[in-house]
Amino acid sequence: MTNSTPAIKFENVSRHFGEVKAVDQANLEIRDGEFFSMLGPSGSGKTTCLRMIAGFDRPTSGQIFLYGQDVSDLPPYERDVNTVFQDYALFPHMNVADNIAYGLMVKKVEKSERMRRAEEMLDLVRLPGYGKRKPSQLSGGQRQRVALARALINHPKVLLLDEPLGALDLKLRQQMQVELKSIQQRVGITFIFVTHDQEEALTMSDRIAVFNEGKIVQVGTPAEIYERPASPFVAGFVGTSNLISGNLAKRLTGSDKTFTIRPEKIHLSSLETKPDTGMLSLDGIVRDVVYLGLFTRYLVEAEGGADLVVVEQNLKTTSMDVMSAKGQKVRLFWHKDHINPVGGE
Amino acid sequence: MLNRVSTYLYHHPRVVLGLLLGPPLVYMGVVYLGSLFNLLMYSFYYLEEFTGLIVKEFTLSTYAKLFEPANRDIFIRTTIMAAAVTFADALIAFPLAYYTAKFASPRLKTWLVIAITIPLWSSYLVRVYAWKLILAQEGILSWFINLLHLDGVLEWLLSFESIGGSSLALSPIGLFIVFVYIWLPYMILPIQTSLERVPKSLLEASSDLGAKPLQTFRTVILPLAFPGVVAGSIFTFSLTLGDFIAPIALGNSKFFIGMAVYSYQGTAGNIPLAAAMTMGPIVIMIVYLLIARKLGAFDAL
Repeated sequence: MTNSTPAIKFENVSRHFGEVKAVDQANLEIRDGEFFSMLGPSGSGKTTCLRMIAGFDRPTSGQIFLYGQDVSDLPPYERDVNTVFQDYALFPHMNVADNIAYGLMVKKVEKSERMRRAEEMLDLVRLPGYGKRKPSQLSGGQRQRVALARALINHPKVLLLDEPLGALDLKLRQQMQVELKSIQQRVGITFIFVTHDQEEALTMSDRIAVFNEGKIVQVGTPAEIYERPASPFVAGFVGTSNLISGNLAKRLTGSDKTFTIRPEKIHLSSLETKPDTGMLSLDGIVRDVVYLGLFTRYLVEAEGGADLVVVEQNLKTTSMDVMSAKGQKVRLFWHKDHINPVGGE
Repeated sequence: MLNRVSTYLYHHPRVVLGLLLGPPLVYMGVVYLGSLFNLLMYSFYYLEEFTGLIVKEFTLSTYAKLFEPANRDIFIRTTIMAAAVTFADALIAFPLAYYTAKFASPRLKTWLVIAITIPLWSSYLVRVYAWKLILAQEGILSWFINLLHLDGVLEWLLSFESIGGSSLALSPIGLFIVFVYIWLPYMILPIQTSLERVPKSLLEASSDLGAKPLQTFRTVILPLAFPGVVAGSIFTFSLTLGDFIAPIALGNSKFFIGMAVYSYQGTAGNIPLAAAMTMGPIVIMIVYLLIARKLGAFDAL
């Protein structure tokens, strides 16, 4: 099943719009069969990269390879790549079955065969019997599934998904995340998923590329990206992160590099508590408390001037207890393995 | 006081609706439909040939006159002209509208829309007479055709009895050219509007799924722009059906519906026949709209 040739390879790909460098010297390899996410804030170049893979945009310079073939200048209709669009882009004048079978129709596949395969795809996305409806009669989640079925019917080598879950509500989004992942595993196609939602990227991906200002700033597995962010930007964008630098960093770790520590790794306790072996500690004053049901978020002004965000699960505490922490002096603990220099050792 | 009126209106949206819709509805009902109804009434009266007086008795004899060969030819001639003009306008308008809607930059688009609508700001009459000069035997168009050494082709075209004449200005071909020009903006704008409502992602999706540009045009763009074409054709078709100025100024003085109505109610004083004649385009348009609906032109509205 797996193929050693990368599904997608970017070689020094740039895309400039006038003065704006939407994508700047991107190098990237996406493996065969992988669920790969492109994560970044809006305007970071991730969608432009996707559009260049699809063929809607051409690189200003550099080359894009699809399983070893240079596709940089091929029009979209000559690439074995299909797309699920952000707005679904279903054809309003066709019913669901005709939408799904569109890719077969333009290939002049016979009508009965088209309808049979459209029905198969409807089963795959769990919408059996919806073929005769018009897209306007479907809910957002159903349209999403139709768009997915339509993009999969031609068995593309690579499926591109452009923030497809953005318009769905939270419950449906979480359900679709699981479902997308399971469909990907069933069909065995390389999925490239563009999102600005870090949680979504962490949940679904085998690997993630983090984009910022037209550049790919880090590529790695969700755990690598989360645990060892390559830059302050990645640390801040993927989850919440506390940055410690300068004198405070030197005092705690012996080095004056910039370090990150995740809020959930820090424990909050009273000033009397002594640190266990392997633990680092820091005193501070609780400046703000936000009760979030499942957990509570504290903003602690630590000695040495750092503002640290701390997250504690509400295992025993109630909202009344946590709110009284505001203004109190506390001692923060964390394991020394959990404080990591930004950009690796 | 004013506050209480506002509060009352806020709680009674139907009253607001009534106040807003009342005047235009009265106007539509009395002035517009009233005069139309009056016209319909007159079409059932008849003109006493001997005295030249209108006899206000119900009769279908005026309608029977419409089926006399001379009048029947007027209907056929006008309908063919309207259909030809509509077809030509659609052919010319589509690429222009497509470019304006989908490719032109916002700045260029503004200029294109201005360029398309500018002719509408000047007098229709002036433009028709300007065309008379352009199409005249010694006019600029003949000069240009001579320059291209196509004068033989022009003469050959003008030699056909049904569409030709002594010069372009005095032939149905010339009239056709002027109609196409005059109603073109009414075709471009609705098509442009309908194309603008087609998201670019639909065209991308089509080509993404393997459709070549021509397939995308046939299976996505054309069906979605079709309501616009029909809307435009309603304008071009009905405007050509009813126009009387261009056929008076140009062409071989064979009657068109509008021209016939104009002369029956004017010099001939035969208002019943003019009224019956007016019902012709109305019936033709109703049939046209029914066909359009059958073709699914209004499904996407």
